[in-house]
Amino acid sequence: MIEVKGLVKNYGSTRAVDGVSFTVRRGEILGFLGPNGAGKSTTMKLITGYLRPDAGTAVVNGHDVTRDSLAVRRNLGYLAESAPAYPEMTVGEFLDFIAAMRGYRTPAAKAERIGHVVGLCHLQAVLGQTIETLSKGYKQRVGFAQALLHDPPVLVLDEPTDGLDPNQKNEVRAIIRQLAAAKAVILSTHILEEVDAICNRVIIISRGRVVVDETPEALHARQPGARLDEIFRTLTRGDL
Amino acid sequence: MSQIPPLFQREFLGYFRTPVAYVFLAVFLLASVGLAFFVSQFFKAGNASLEGYFVWHTWLFVFFAPAAGMRLWAEERRSGTLELLFTLPVTPLEAVLAKFLAAWAFLAAGILLSFPLALTAAWLGDPDWGIIAASYCGSILMAGAYLAVCSLMSALTRNQVVGFVLGLFVNLVLVFLGWSVFNGVLAAVFPQAVADLLANFSHTSHFDAFTKGIVDPKDVMFFVSLGGLCLFLNVLALER
Repeated sequence: MIEVKGLVKNYGSTRAVDGVSFTVRRGEILGFLGPNGAGKSTTMKLITGYLRPDAGTAVVNGHDVTRDSLAVRRNLGYLAESAPAYPEMTVGEFLDFIAAMRGYRTPAAKAERIGHVVGLCHLQAVLGQTIETLSKGYKQRVGFAQALLHDPPVLVLDEPTDGLDPNQKNEVRAIIRQLAAAKAVILSTHILEEVDAICNRVIIISRGRVVVDETPEALHARQPGARLDEIFRTLTRGDL
Repeated sequence: MSQIPPLFQREFLGYFRTPVAYVFLAVFLLASVGLAFFVSQFFKAGNASLEGYFVWHTWLFVFFAPAAGMRLWAEERRSGTLELLFTLPVTPLEAVLAKFLAAWAFLAAGILLSFPLALTAAWLGDPDWGIIAASYCGSILMAGAYLAVCSLMSALTRNQVVGFVLGLFVNLVLVFLGWSVFNGVLAAVFPQAVADLLANFSHTSHFDAFTKGIVDPKDVMFFVSLGGLCLFLNVLALER
């Protein structure tokens, strides 16, 4: 469902993403790991069509992002880092706006989709509250609701559990697990326990390159008995 | 272009979700009508016309167009919502037009709210409605050109204040070029033909005719092309 082929992105003279390739199939939850600045977020932004790659491409549900980025965006739900949303809008107004932008224009169609994600992300209590007054956990859930509103076959989530307390983390993971069966999901994280908790595949990226692409079990098997962060440190030593 | 209505609506109502709209409209009306009353001597002039109101618009917009336009793109960049916006299925052109039209409608509302002044002139005397209509059209058209400049400047920065100052500066230059005092200085330095040519690029030179009731296609074309050029560059400035 997601096919990434040789993506390259330069920022000035620094190469942020250097020939990243992988595929994600339906039902897979791909954990995207790497030190800060390794190119995780940039790769995700390239897949969503927000940034234009300098070379290579990504194909999402059959649509090439360099040729038809609008079609890619229709097929994809994206939660950007720290879940940006318009702070002066209420949750209800914001979801109504997203629904209209996603092509649900009649009140009935909007109400149906908004009702669905509000239930899924437990937002009933804050519908009339402005987004700037929400706690971090609620803000993150609003970001989720926004990404899920059009029921996209592909989800790209940039650090979906960052800054949440342990209960909220569990809740977010439960939502992802619940959705994943019918979707292809990429999520980035630097919480290594998250890999064991929900991912069925792991990619470690270091200095813009993929250094590991395997199942969590295979990753553990690299250094039997070692903790995940030790394995991670060995693999990404080049970044230090 | 089907994405313009929901974006327009969000942006236009966005002014009213914060105190921005109310402060802006109150101060704009105080300043514009105040100048007409106290400096142009609306009542003492003994003239049933709004000339004393419109004559200040080239100067007023220097400050008020950047105030309305500075947030258009700078705010989206700073708060990260630009990423949200451009991972929705919307083209840069649609987004630029929708945001511009919303801000323009807001400015136009500010201008049209001076209508009690026109009613007062009609009650006290017998104004030429053709001239008043041409002046309102010219003023709104000119406001659009000022605003397009400010929208472009806002897209070049992530800081609203920088956007404001840049918009103010460029518009001030465009006013100065046609201001008789400054043009006299230019004529002393350059040959008269060069000074005249430069004056042609000024808001001032193209607005005067409207306040006399003359709608010259050349003046209309000036504002439309200046606005169009700025919005085109605005789209380019959003390329990532």
